[in-house]
Amino acid sequence: MVQKIHFNSQSRIQASWIKWASFLLASYWFAPQTVFGNPQDPSQIPNIFKPQSTPAHSIFQLSLFVLAICAVIFVIVFSLLAYSVIKFRRRANDDGREPPPIYGSNQIELAWTVIPVLIVLVLFLATARVIHGIQQAKPPAEAIEVIAVGHQFWWEFRYPGLGVVTANELHVPASDPAHPTPTFITLLSADTDHSFWVPRLAGKTDLIPNRENHMWMDPNEPGIYVGQCAQYCGTQHAKMLLRVYVDPPDKFRQWIEEQSKRAQVSESAKEGRRIFETTACINCHAVSGTVADGRFGPDLTHLMSRDTIASGAATNTHENLRLWIHNPETIKPGALMPAMNLKQQDLDAVTAYLETLR
Amino acid sequence: MASETIALAAAHDVPQPIGTILHDWVTTVDHKKLGILYILYALIFLVIGGIEATIMRIQLIVPHNDFVSPQVFNRMFTMHGTTMIFFVAMPILFGFGNYLIPLMIGARDMAFPRLNAWSFWLTAFGGMLLYFSFIGGNGLYGAGTAPDVGWFAYAPLTATAFSLGHSTDFWTLGLLVSGFGSIGTAINILATIICLRCPGMTLGKMPLLVWLNLVMAAMVLLAISPLTAAQMMLSLDRFLGAHFFDTLAGGSAVMWMHFFWIFGHPEVYVLVIPAFAFASEIIPVFSRKPIFGYPVMVAATICIGFVGFSVWAHHMFTVGMNSYANSFFTITTMAIGVPTGIKIFNWIGTMWGGKIVFKTPMLFCIAFLFQFLIAGLTGIMLSAAPFDWQLGNSYFVVAHFHYVIVGGILFTLFGAFYYWFPKMSGRMYNETLGKLHFWLFLIGFHLTFDFMHVPGLLGMPRRIYTYEPGRGWDIWNLICTIGVFFQIAGTAVFVGNLLWSYFKGKAAGNDPWDAWTLEWSTSSPPVEYNFARIPIVKSRRPLWDIKHPEDPDWKYE
Repeated sequence: MVQKIHFNSQSRIQASWIKWASFLLASYWFAPQTVFGNPQDPSQIPNIFKPQSTPAHSIFQLSLFVLAICAVIFVIVFSLLAYSVIKFRRRANDDGREPPPIYGSNQIELAWTVIPVLIVLVLFLATARVIHGIQQAKPPAEAIEVIAVGHQFWWEFRYPGLGVVTANELHVPASDPAHPTPTFITLLSADTDHSFWVPRLAGKTDLIPNRENHMWMDPNEPGIYVGQCAQYCGTQHAKMLLRVYVDPPDKFRQWIEEQSKRAQVSESAKEGRRIFETTACINCHAVSGTVADGRFGPDLTHLMSRDTIASGAATNTHENLRLWIHNPETIKPGALMPAMNLKQQDLDAVTAYLETLR
Repeated sequence: MASETIALAAAHDVPQPIGTILHDWVTTVDHKKLGILYILYALIFLVIGGIEATIMRIQLIVPHNDFVSPQVFNRMFTMHGTTMIFFVAMPILFGFGNYLIPLMIGARDMAFPRLNAWSFWLTAFGGMLLYFSFIGGNGLYGAGTAPDVGWFAYAPLTATAFSLGHSTDFWTLGLLVSGFGSIGTAINILATIICLRCPGMTLGKMPLLVWLNLVMAAMVLLAISPLTAAQMMLSLDRFLGAHFFDTLAGGSAVMWMHFFWIFGHPEVYVLVIPAFAFASEIIPVFSRKPIFGYPVMVAATICIGFVGFSVWAHHMFTVGMNSYANSFFTITTMAIGVPTGIKIFNWIGTMWGGKIVFKTPMLFCIAFLFQFLIAGLTGIMLSAAPFDWQLGNSYFVVAHFHYVIVGGILFTLFGAFYYWFPKMSGRMYNETLGKLHFWLFLIGFHLTFDFMHVPGLLGMPRRIYTYEPGRGWDIWNLICTIGVFFQIAGTAVFVGNLLWSYFKGKAAGNDPWDAWTLEWSTSSPPVEYNFARIPIVKSRRPLWDIKHPEDPDWKYE
């Protein structure tokens, strides 16, 4: 009996071992599947190998070329290594004599110097072409101009030609390859270093104080593309999320039109507006057409047109908004917005006021 | 010849009171004791840095985890990186260098024994200063404990406006102080190798380990200086109102990056060249063949030493350099792959036609060869600037440099531990436990760092304390964290093996591996001053010549 139980638990351990081991081995199969599979994936996975914009696409093509060369080198050197380790192991019937010493060979050294040099030259030329292609692109007349300013821990987006200021959710028009309307972004920082990275649209570029950087994208497939800050910028670097809404051209025009309007404040939210404008809120936030003109925090003129708050840390629902005003620490510990310690009734009024800002 | 290399008789049989022993260790200027002090000190920090890594991996096991707060997580990655580079990797490699170089060149000690002790204690003090931040970092401002600015501490996060309290100051001063220790050791290694070689040991007959450490020491001297300068400038910013990096007053954040990486990238070679050095000693002995292409190995190392100083800005491809600068740093970075590749080919050439013995040190070195191949190839991917615009600062980079530092450096270091443990302690380690350590660590390493590449390709940036679900990152992070526990188990076996073998291991004898370099001609452990008579060598493998008088190396080299 004891014997039998023992046997059972053994086989169970063995079975779970096999399960784990095969799961882990399968991971080596799934890794390339995840990365390369299904190019039309509608999910929110910011996969660098599913590009939807010219810069990301030319990087993708270059990366395939680099990967292919690396794969060939890998297979050759790996095989040589594996072969020599297996072939030249000391056998059980070894005679104990030392193998013949070989000190080197100039011909072989020359061969494995020259071949890698040639590979490096080819790789470099292919790379330099892509570097110049992306960095030296000039904006056409139809290009949309955006200024992105990195803040701890959110994004400010200004459309200087269009009179629009928004935060965290960048809207750009889908670009038709026949009539391209690319978006050229000037990158600035208000405090520390940040990095603008939406993998499916373009490589990352840093936002650095006292410095002006540039990047561009011309996405052609409407949709929402996610990314986030890619340069450590302080406590809440992790929740400095970024969303790019690629709109069809007419929808983009409509969005611009709505965003360039002043705030429409309804009478019902008068009390909330009074509290908002008489507390510290307006030190940091702006609502156009009112006395609120702070610049440290996101512009709230069209807050309710955004899907998320706190730079993507929470969805823009009544509960989340109220909680955020009540105590930002619960959603984003380390965020620079202080808890305003409003009374329940004032909190409701301010929330109601903000909810009128469409 | 044989009689000339006989060591002094061991004289450690007389028991001494513990106070005397401790006093001996604290006041020692013996290169072997200092080497062991370096190594033990680094091992303690290895465990601390490992605990910090484990805390991070547990936090990242699932999205939106609450294991630690963002503040704690940020301190953990800052301290983990700083500790592992400055207080584990450098001291441990200096420790082996200190211990082995005089023995291998037939010298009785380092050139400047008291500078040697001074350097060690500076490094040790620097590490303690850094960790004192956990207690003292609050300063008068009541803000911050350990530094949380990341191990490369980009400006302006380190400015007084963004880093309150004294955490950044502890970081700065800790590295400044240990940096002076590193400079002292580098000078010492250079002087020792240049001046104290035994008769007959021309530069061309030095063991490769010595050659590689010579290049490493020269690089330390050149690389630590800009870091030291930058740390001083940062301190001036913070205490005297200078504006080098203080962007609020017009300082330059990018200048800090240049200063840091002109140290930081050569630093990678400072760490990996000693690792190459271990592999270049261990692989020939366990293949039973001399190193293939000795002069080419030396030339490749010197080449790495030079080119290594012209690649730093590949850490800065995303900061908006112009297309010509990006192209320049692309070609230099790709070019450094050539001498590195040559090294791998020469190690294969060394094994080719040999009779490979799979003892634990050799297992670690073989794994190193495979892993370093992959690390090199992901390095080529990252060197292509546009590819780096996607991969840079993502988990792909984290996976890449851990492949270099763990898969390359730590694996050869473990190999070096097992290879020279019999010499240092006089006892043989337990081979079964050694192999268990190898396999556990191998599995753990690959689980963690193979799959860490994937979330990087899927857009996961580094240094985030939590992440959103639904981005395809969850499963890979889970696997990475599972691997950590295998690595912990492996390391526990390693430490257990060392402790057990030190007290209970079999006597090792002077030359357990039938090796060829001079350290194996001394007693195990070697007595003070190493050699009763300074040996005279005629070839790169003096002990081979003694063991095979009918077929000595010097006839062919």
